[in-house]
Amino acid sequence: MGNKTEIWQGTLALMILKTIETLGPLHGYGIARRIEQTSGDQLSLNYGTLYPSLLKLEQEGSIVSEWGVSDNNRKAKFYKLTRAGRKQLARETREWDQTTAILAKFLTPTEDRT
Amino acid sequence: MKVLRTWLLRLRGVFAKDALESDIAQEIESHLQMHIDDNLRAGMSPEEAKRVAVMKLGGIDATKEAYRDRSTIPILESTIQDIRFTLRQLRKNPAFAITATLMVALGIGASVAIFAFVDAALIKPLPYKDPSSILFVTETTPEIPRAAISYPDYLDWKRLNKVFTSLDVYGQRGYLVSTQSGMEMVFGARVSDGFFRTLGVNPVIGRDFYHGEDLPEAPNTVILSYASWQKRFGGRQEVVGQPLTLNELPFVIIGVLPQNFHFAPMEAAEFWTTLHPGGGCDLRRSCHSLNGIARLKEGVSADGALADLILIAKDLERQYPDSNRNQGATVAPLAEIIVGQVRPILLVLLGGAGLLLLIACVNVASLLLVRSETRRRELAVRRALGATTSRLIRQFVTEGLVIVVGGSLAGLLASHWAMQILVSLIPTDMMGSMPYLESLGFNARVLIFAGLLAIFAALLFSLTPTLRLWSLDLREGMAEGSRGSAGQVWRRVGSKLVVLELTTAMVLLVGAGLLGKSFYRLLRVGTGFEPEHLITLRVTAPRGSYLKNEQSVALGRQVVERLKRLPGVTSVALTSTLPVNFNGNTDWIRFVGRGYNGEHNEVNQRQVSSEYFSTLQAKLLRGRSFVDSEDGSKPRVVVINQTLAKKYFSGEDPLGKQIGDTSLSPESIKEIIGVVDDIREGPLDSEIWPAYYGPFNQVPDYDFSVVVRTGQAEQSLIPTIGAAIREIDSRINVSNATTMMDRVNNSPAVYLHRSSTWLVGGFAVVALLLGIVGLYGVIAYSVSQRTREIGVRIALGAQRSTVYRLIFREAGALALAGIVIGLGCSVVAASLMRKLLFGTPPWDVTTLVSVAGVLGVSTLLASYLPARRAASVDPIKALRAE
Repeated sequence: MGNKTEIWQGTLALMILKTIETLGPLHGYGIARRIEQTSGDQLSLNYGTLYPSLLKLEQEGSIVSEWGVSDNNRKAKFYKLTRAGRKQLARETREWDQTTAILAKFLTPTEDRT
Repeated sequence: MKVLRTWLLRLRGVFAKDALESDIAQEIESHLQMHIDDNLRAGMSPEEAKRVAVMKLGGIDATKEAYRDRSTIPILESTIQDIRFTLRQLRKNPAFAITATLMVALGIGASVAIFAFVDAALIKPLPYKDPSSILFVTETTPEIPRAAISYPDYLDWKRLNKVFTSLDVYGQRGYLVSTQSGMEMVFGARVSDGFFRTLGVNPVIGRDFYHGEDLPEAPNTVILSYASWQKRFGGRQEVVGQPLTLNELPFVIIGVLPQNFHFAPMEAAEFWTTLHPGGGCDLRRSCHSLNGIARLKEGVSADGALADLILIAKDLERQYPDSNRNQGATVAPLAEIIVGQVRPILLVLLGGAGLLLLIACVNVASLLLVRSETRRRELAVRRALGATTSRLIRQFVTEGLVIVVGGSLAGLLASHWAMQILVSLIPTDMMGSMPYLESLGFNARVLIFAGLLAIFAALLFSLTPTLRLWSLDLREGMAEGSRGSAGQVWRRVGSKLVVLELTTAMVLLVGAGLLGKSFYRLLRVGTGFEPEHLITLRVTAPRGSYLKNEQSVALGRQVVERLKRLPGVTSVALTSTLPVNFNGNTDWIRFVGRGYNGEHNEVNQRQVSSEYFSTLQAKLLRGRSFVDSEDGSKPRVVVINQTLAKKYFSGEDPLGKQIGDTSLSPESIKEIIGVVDDIREGPLDSEIWPAYYGPFNQVPDYDFSVVVRTGQAEQSLIPTIGAAIREIDSRINVSNATTMMDRVNNSPAVYLHRSSTWLVGGFAVVALLLGIVGLYGVIAYSVSQRTREIGVRIALGAQRSTVYRLIFREAGALALAGIVIGLGCSVVAASLMRKLLFGTPPWDVTTLVSVAGVLGVSTLLASYLPARRAASVDPIKALRAE
């Protein structure tokens, strides 16, 4: 992906779910920072684009939100994975793996070709 | 599931906007706070920290906007905004809102109410199995298009036809039943055994008639109507098998008919019995007392069936020339017999209501147009600020929809109310012949119709201002006080709408005028007697006690004597059949001393008492009337009517001539002793038939009608008369006691003409008002647009009269266009409703001219006010104002 900022919706949702699963309940800012760090700062996103995605996941019932207090004693909205969200994450991870595996077969030169 | 959940939450978001808004604000606030904290910790200056945080977020407002789009349903939200805006606009201008809503309500209310009648009568299928393949079948004669069928002919038709799966007959019969309040006369019917199977109707409890149960040797059985079962037997299940005495004969109840069953070709029967042919009439081929219904075989058309029956009738005519000469056959769909009479009136009323709706909608549309005109600047500003055309159009559509929804709901309420009033105005006798109206009310079809009307109105209302919007020039609209081409465009569209309104009003006015004139003509039709201060009633004595002629004669004399003694009664007479009733109960006559080739000289036959003509105040033209002593022991005599005298005795003196039956049997020979001026025996809108009147005492009956002439206040005498007759014999049944005037006014012909006149008249008056208001609106608006021009003219020396002429010319052109187009449309519309006109041609010049006059004068009045305003324009003010 290089350093391009474009991330498409589905991928962002998957990253969000994975981040929450790894770190537990987390606020939007934390999720955004974590995504950037995990990508080794290769991925740079407008933090604002995260919020509609969070709202969509919440509307779909994958996550729930609750106001709480951050490590630095700031009031913040925390997002938590639901059972449905966990299932969705597992399913989407599997699908992603399949997709990348298939793509990899196309894109990696193999010995058969020669 | 997930999708539904999402949309529900977003829908909730539409209504919980404030909470959402503060939530997202807080969340972004906390996000920025945390980011700034981190940035500060990383060593940035406070300003730098904040700048970077906001930049990284991608802008606060952009984020909020993206979030909002996701949290609600934007299109719904802007629609709600539009509705709120519209309601606010309408509240600012309540006169417009109320007028528009009322007009829509009026149009939709009238149309839906009338449509409900149309639905109940013409659309809702009859309560029979596959009703479209049931035919009404009967004989026909040259005089009577639908004459009844005789029992022997029926048997032959049933046996010989190849076109029906079944053919059955029915006849009306009155039954005397004993109730707690004495003997009561109740309508019943006698039917052949397969009658209900042909209709495809099954009893709800008990059984149908067996095959062969209509033969003379079968036991007497009766099936009850549902209403009778409820009323007389309390709806008890065990009624089946119980005995019942009808006309002093024992019957057994075998079943009950379904609640929704009705058979409108005759009076609603409570007791359905089988034919049991017997007595003088049933066995004679020339006595026609029954009517047939038949179910078509698959693949056979009504015309095919008729052709087959005509062949059979021709055969019978050859076989039995005495009785069957000129006896043809006729068929009609059963539905036609039941609703044929009301169909034209209902369709005309539906047309009238439709035109009213059209005019109301056009009026509202032009009001909306005026509003869009006054909002020109607002629209131009909104568009300049970036509103797209589609967004502006949506605003107009919303406005149209709000008016339509309000108007439609009010219209539905109004139509419910109108239906109840209209039904309550139908005389009970008429209602009896229209049982299908009992299901009148809202059903899916009526509601769909209302919905379609609403959609039509909504389209019209949103289209007109939208069309207008396309021609809106931005700069022009912005320019303060400009009166450019836009005003012209509006005047062109608006004036076309007014012409449409005036045309519609003209059509309705002409329709109402023609119906009114027909009604007037109908009431002015001569009855041949003096109908005021007359009471009429029917007397039915128990058959067993008055079977002998002498007994009936004695009863008749007693009734006359008893009633004459009542205070206020001036004279009393008896007749077998009341006048203004029907042509029928006929006899075939032959003239003594003339050649005869077997033709059927069919004439009305009435048996009347000696004072009948004097009581009716009918004019005896020649000869004498009967005397009371002329009974069975004296030679038979008759008085003939003028039409019979003219038809059969032109240039001869009928007095002293003799008539008899077709075989001139000695006991049938009657001498003509008088000629009476024509008395209208049939309905007011029917022809006068030849008729003869014989003495009641020579052919008496235990079932007859009484005519009582009173001094004044006949209404109050009715109960006294009933009581007086029952004093003679408490078992006597007195029915249909009413005044002759009520009888005539509630007769179907008069009722149908009256109701259609009033309803179409009402529609026309409203349409005229709406049309004039519309014209006034256009002219007034035009004047306000031309104030400046008129000011210039006056300043340049134009006379006030010139200004008047200017305005009147504009109004006159519109009115003239409306009247001329209206004249053409009226004649077309009137010829479509020719069936409802009586003695009035569709192109009746008086009506057309007077309607055109009324419309012309009304339009002049409507344009007078704006014209006066124009003429009183102060040129200085007008020129300075803009």
